[in-house]
Amino acid sequence: MAHGNEAAGHGNHDGPPKGLVRWLTTTNHKDIGTMYLVFSLAMFLIGGLMALAIRAELFQPGLQFVNPSFFNQLTTVHALVMVFGAVMPATVGLANWMIPLQIGAADMALPRMNLFSFWLLFFAFMLLISTFFVPGGAPAAGWTLYPPLVLQTGTAFPMAIFAIHMMGASSIMGAINVIVTIVNMRAPGMTLLKMPLFSWSWLITAYLLIAVMPVFAGGVTMLLTDYYFQTSFFNAAGGGDPVLFQHVFWFFGHPEVYIMILPAFGIISEIIPTFSRKPIFGYEAMVYAIASIAFLSFIVWAHHMFTVGMPLAGQLFFTLSTMLIAVPTGVKVFNWTTTMWRGSLSFEPPMLFALAFLFLFTIGGFSGLMLAIAPADFQYHDTYFVVAHFHYVLVPGAVFGIMAAVYYWLPKWTGHMYDMTLAKWHFWLTAIFVNVLFFPQHFLGLAGMQRRIPDYPTQFTDWNMVSSIGGFGFGLSQLLFVWVIIRCVKGGQRATAGVWDWPHGLEWTVPSPAPYHTFEKAPELH
Amino acid sequence: MEAPRRKSNRGLVARLVLMTAGSFAFGFALVPLYDVFCEVTGIGTRAELSRAATADASAPDVNRTVVVEFTASVPDNGSWEFAPVVASMEVHPGRLYEAHYTAHNLADRETTGQAVPSITPLRAARYFRKTECFCFTPQKFARDEQRELLVRFTVDRDLPPGIDRLTLSYAFYDVAHVAGGAG
Amino acid sequence: MSIVKRNSKLPAVAGALAALTTLPAHADWSLLNMPKGVSELSRGNYDMHMIMLWICFAIAVVTFGAMIFAMIRFRKSRGAVADTKLLHNARLEAAWTLVPTVILIAMAIPSVEKLIKIEDMSGSELTVKITGYQWYWQYEYLGKQVSFYSRLARTSDLARQRGSGIDPNTVENYLLEVDKPLVVPTGTKIRLLLTANDVIHAWWVPDFGMKRDAIPGFMNEMWISVDADKPGTYRGKCAELCGADHGFMPIVVVAKPKPEFEAWLAQQQVTE
Ligand code: HEM
Ligand SMILES: [Cu+2]
Ligand SMILES: [Cu+2]
Repeated sequence: MAHGNEAAGHGNHDGPPKGLVRWLTTTNHKDIGTMYLVFSLAMFLIGGLMALAIRAELFQPGLQFVNPSFFNQLTTVHALVMVFGAVMPATVGLANWMIPLQIGAADMALPRMNLFSFWLLFFAFMLLISTFFVPGGAPAAGWTLYPPLVLQTGTAFPMAIFAIHMMGASSIMGAINVIVTIVNMRAPGMTLLKMPLFSWSWLITAYLLIAVMPVFAGGVTMLLTDYYFQTSFFNAAGGGDPVLFQHVFWFFGHPEVYIMILPAFGIISEIIPTFSRKPIFGYEAMVYAIASIAFLSFIVWAHHMFTVGMPLAGQLFFTLSTMLIAVPTGVKVFNWTTTMWRGSLSFEPPMLFALAFLFLFTIGGFSGLMLAIAPADFQYHDTYFVVAHFHYVLVPGAVFGIMAAVYYWLPKWTGHMYDMTLAKWHFWLTAIFVNVLFFPQHFLGLAGMQRRIPDYPTQFTDWNMVSSIGGFGFGLSQLLFVWVIIRCVKGGQRATAGVWDWPHGLEWTVPSPAPYHTFEKAPELH
Repeated sequence: MEAPRRKSNRGLVARLVLMTAGSFAFGFALVPLYDVFCEVTGIGTRAELSRAATADASAPDVNRTVVVEFTASVPDNGSWEFAPVVASMEVHPGRLYEAHYTAHNLADRETTGQAVPSITPLRAARYFRKTECFCFTPQKFARDEQRELLVRFTVDRDLPPGIDRLTLSYAFYDVAHVAGGAG
Repeated sequence: MSIVKRNSKLPAVAGALAALTTLPAHADWSLLNMPKGVSELSRGNYDMHMIMLWICFAIAVVTFGAMIFAMIRFRKSRGAVADTKLLHNARLEAAWTLVPTVILIAMAIPSVEKLIKIEDMSGSELTVKITGYQWYWQYEYLGKQVSFYSRLARTSDLARQRGSGIDPNTVENYLLEVDKPLVVPTGTKIRLLLTANDVIHAWWVPDFGMKRDAIPGFMNEMWISVDADKPGTYRGKCAELCGADHGFMPIVVVAKPKPEFEAWLAQQQVTE
């Protein structure tokens, strides 16, 4: 996704240094954005390989390829890589690239911290992935890291905790940067309620990050002291309680899922108007909806823990609060639909991904509602039904949002149009296979297949086969994505400044590719 | 970047860093908050369960009978035989009772055990009062020693009507594994 | 990858066909939904599931219908012109905030009664203490001097080894068979006390409608009751990740009519 060497030629002064030095020393928001995006794509492919290993093992009953403990390492690291290495950095990359362009700022407010947080993230993941090669292998207790199981991790334990601390610090720095940029660097006249929804969604996401990443850091620190210093935060023998960790984790974990989805909400809110050729419906409601989702996300966490044995009042409270969080989510879906109403719709690749998001994310929202009902959750919990739910909200939700964003802004980044036909192929293959992959998992879960198992009773074979075929189809389709991007970086039809038919917003007023330095003089707004 | 903006950046960054520190502290504050939560909801905190309570001296409610069951577990790290002497007893709320467990040290050295109590149902915990319990203090055992351990308890007369059966469980841990105790 | 020029619908059709052909011809359609199960609790939870499913389905028809309508009706290729004045509609927006709020709260209401029942442990006639170990279960009939371990059956254990050369399809109840099942009386409210020895496990038999975590150092509880007219063998598995062999610690419960159960119990007491 690098915007190529010719970008230097377009900038009127101060082009970037050449070669590797540029990427090691740059403090330019576009360069850093590019690095985040490339990193995220690499992590998406690495995490995807792990997923394919998982799906290959689950293709048939019996153990064919991996041992159970390695299987658990795969599921654990797959999730950590996808959540913290693919989805979150992709949204950070988009924030870096687009927020300054959307609000008319010359750069991010804290450029050196920006570079530092990228490299911190990079080393965090090198460390995490290297745990596969230490005695005892990678962490295998699931991305949720529940004690006491996680305390059975070998050499990888301190490495994984340290990696989590680093990526936590990295995302907090990213968040601080976004907030300072948005609060202090908006062009004159760019009031908060004129700000594009992508920037809005990131502002709120950034506050969520600051509120919950440190809680997670605290939680894993307590794990660390339980492991090394004989504290008993989570050890019943010493008066602690393993369930406490689950509360700490999900106090972070539920807002975390919104950290992944809110930027996608922002992206969808940019794309649907562009390809409907009319402004977003209910702009302010969209802002308030994001804010109320963010607020409510702090009071629903224990819906992940109905089976630990909670007081009745607790179960009722968390059922109700979780149902409520669906209200602002619904408002967003209705507003997107109404944005299309009496529009003039065309179906370029970004719009295709946005529409798929609209349908498939909503399916994930429905299964979320079902899971929120405590008595039903006693059956669903820890089955493939949950796996289906969170993959629907994360893959055709967050990931489709990111892909839509890439197809939306790629011409702005590279200065070239990409191959629309290939991109549409990518879309259709991805959108079909994602359903082949995840829809049957609802059936598997309802029929009683629990999650995080390398082998299963034979009656689950058929749907697992379908799911695995979908998985491989989905995985292979992503090679097409990489190919489309590479070709677009290398060349292609020149993109205009506006790129699309109905461009709106400051990012479309600068040339394509966006020059190395933009808005050094604040733009005029009317 | 102009100076005033840089200054206001610095102020904002400082505030955000402070917020971050606050969130980190909040993570740890969840530990005591969790106990508060458990207390409010009547689950009872670990500390509370392991502390002596006073029995109310007023008359027992002889019209009501509740079954109290006793169970014992020896998790992973201990090597004891540990079991209740009687499996269950019928009690009247408000009256003081006595129950015994036996423990036998199977390790070929002196060891110290700590019993961690648990009451089921959760919501009955606050109505189960132990005036005396071997779980209040660590229990030292000589090599191969076997002895009876005592618990004196009363079930509060306010025990909600829906509860007809309580279980008192102990997990008996080897203290060597219990060092520290921040929780 | 061949490139289809101009016609962007072709890949969709081709993909859909590909997806359809992957559907297993002999799929067992009863494996699509949650089992109703054999107890009052499981039927209650099943009902909650179905209520939610149908409500979600109804909402889906409306919202997806509107989306599809918009996608067809307001296409630029059909000459649709954007109405750029359609920006707000306070009444509409209030409606689709309030109506879902009411629906969603209403959806939560029937679960109150179910939860109260689930949490009501009174009237139980038998208490079984269940302890999870890495990776097997222990069952202890409280006050009956009967206690035993229950592990994955040898047939499954052999077949599940990597490179065993045994086809799991030839093993009866693959991964759902144990050496010694839990035996319970039908038509009886049975209290289960749950704890674990090492890490967290969860005890789940789908036909009983409940799962609950078994947490080391704690005692959790739940109750089950098998319909008096449904003796039989019911199977489940550990449902909380508990380490390498998490997938290999099944649960088998044999529900017998009371007299048969009493006989079984008496026999166990003799052999212990
Ligand atoms: C309408 C909104 C949503 C509702 C009502 C909802 C509800 C739930 C519930 C109740 C669970 C727990 C299920 C269980 O473990 O038994 C769950 C799990 C999960 N949800 Fe959602 N959810 C919603 C949206 C989202 C979104 C937007 C994301 C992420 C983008 C997400 C990601 C997840 C993940 C990752 C898990 C599983 C975590 C784990 O156990 O590993 N959810 N959801
Ligand atoms: Cu959640
Ligand atoms: Cu287990």
